[in-house]
Amino acid sequence: MPHIRFEHRTYALGDNESVLDGLTRHGVSVPSSCRSGICQTCIMRAVQGTPPPASQASIKESLRARNFFLACACKPTEDLEVALPGNDDIPLTAAEVIGKDALNHDITRLRLRTQPGLVYRAGQFVNLHHDEVVRSYSLASVPQTEDFIELHVQRIAHGRLSGWLHDECTVGTTLSLQGPLGDCYYSKSDVNQALLLIGTGSGLAPLWGIARDALAQGHSGPIHLFHGSRTAAGLYLMDALQALAQRHPNFQYTACVSGGGTQGDYRLGRANEIALADYPQLKGWQVFLCGNADMVKTTKKKAFLAGAALKDIHADPFEFSATPSTEQHHTEQDHGLSCTPLAAQRALSLTQRSRAAD
Amino acid sequence: MSQSLYERIGGEAAVNAAVDIFYRKVLADERINRFFEGVDMEKQAAKQKGFLTFAFGGPHHYTGKDMRQGHARLVKQGLNDSHFDAVMENLAATLQELNVPQNLIAEMAAIAESTRNDVLGR
Ligand SMILES: Cc1cc2nc3c(=O)[nH]c(=O)nc-3n(C[C@H](O)[C@H](O)[C@H](O)COP(=O)(O)OP(=O)(O)OC[C@H]3O[C@@H](n4cnc5c(N)ncnc54)[C@H](O)[C@@H]3O)c2cc1C
Ligand code: HEM
Ligand code: FES
Repeated sequence: MPHIRFEHRTYALGDNESVLDGLTRHGVSVPSSCRSGICQTCIMRAVQGTPPPASQASIKESLRARNFFLACACKPTEDLEVALPGNDDIPLTAAEVIGKDALNHDITRLRLRTQPGLVYRAGQFVNLHHDEVVRSYSLASVPQTEDFIELHVQRIAHGRLSGWLHDECTVGTTLSLQGPLGDCYYSKSDVNQALLLIGTGSGLAPLWGIARDALAQGHSGPIHLFHGSRTAAGLYLMDALQALAQRHPNFQYTACVSGGGTQGDYRLGRANEIALADYPQLKGWQVFLCGNADMVKTTKKKAFLAGAALKDIHADPFEFSATPSTEQHHTEQDHGLSCTPLAAQRALSLTQRSRAAD
Repeated sequence: MSQSLYERIGGEAAVNAAVDIFYRKVLADERINRFFEGVDMEKQAAKQKGFLTFAFGGPHHYTGKDMRQGHARLVKQGLNDSHFDAVMENLAATLQELNVPQNLIAEMAAIAESTRNDVLGR
């Protein structure tokens, strides 16, 4: 069993246990959010020893070279001495809220002014830090044409950060953010390529950015965006998307409602299923999948089987974990007492996830 | 000096071209796809790359013991000759799709075939 040394103490990892799970089980406070190797909130540095390649696969080359790794994706085979990143390693940028409005009953649009020089691509995400909670939100704005960054925040029942952003945060509030991160964005490799964009809920945020980014860069191949929601009330930006389709003949928008209803400006069924039924052959396509994690994972596999190359499938599952550890273990190093058994956490996370699956 | 099989077939570029095609065939093959249902497609694809590099006669560090250990979990789940044959079929079909000459396909099939007893834990 490998041992992890952190701040002068040594902790034994369980069988097949990640560094994040092992440390939090012992009451050590490590920030985390998605717990599936996506959001990079749990980044740490190996001071001694080599972290396994899988824990470094998605981080920037410069950080990888300095032995940074993602604790939730790190199941080491050798002992490691680890440290949390310093403020210089993971710089935070201040951003002021300059606009806030409701896109529908449970999605709020935030527009933020960042310091000049934030270089990003539409569809990447930032990590917002507030009161020791860190959560990821995708960038819906297009940097070439918009001088603010735009986020679409869906309210999650009892959600810490989404609740705060909806209820407390106002125009004038200053937020602290990290990023941009992620590689779900349009890359202008072939302007004639066909693009398929599928999102559910606030998964429209990155797609709204990516579609407009592609069009602004002169993409001439067909772009078809499918947005899904359980109810018609959960759809949003319909007028803006229809207007975009009017202006650009190669852009098409289809709204989908999966929970039944009367016919309206949308099709009945799940966005991913409707999209793949319309396009059963995806060889040579570029595919973007965002939102509900189960939808994203299933559709990724189906798109691959339908012929899309793995490198052409960009997926941002909006992963979350049931009981993020940071906020739970404020008392550091109270050995053995503090933790919910991991298995129970997992089971909870699974039931919630299947319930959340739309 | 004659080139190695790996070089003749095109090295890593050839492996990369084959990974998506092979992995897609395997995932679509009802006889064996249950063994490949990985949670993470990128990781699974990376493993297919390991398999193909091996079969292409490329640089690898796998020993017979590794093959045994690597597939032991699958043998417990019932991995047998029929599954091995299915993988061989998918390998050959992938190579045909890439227009690899028949004599090279035969060489690769022989490399993969040589691992049968280790893979099946006999
Ligand atoms: C790469 C990435 C990009 C993201 N982009 C966006 C975005 O653009 N817009 C956006 O609104 N969100 C986005 N998310 C999700 C976001 O990061 C948070 O997970 C979400 O806002 C909930 O955080 P919270 O603090 O409000 O809830 P928490 O306090 O973390 O959770 C409260 C409770 O709700 C459960 N829960 C959390 N999320 C969900 C869910 N989706 N469905 C059902 N139950 C849930 C938790 O298990 C917990 O029990 C993204 C996530 C990732 C990983
Ligand atoms: C034809 C001979 C075979 C060879 C040469 C071979 C080779 C390999 C190699 C080298 C790996 C390790 C990849 C890595 O971790 O980098 C691997 C993994 C794997 N192989 Fe095979 N394999 C063969 C047959 C099979 C068969 C018949 C099956 C099942 C039908 C199978 C299923 C798998 C699976 C599922 C893994 C991943 C295991 C894991 O989860 O770690 N293989 N194989
Ligand atoms: S990457 Fe580890 S918690 Fe998100």
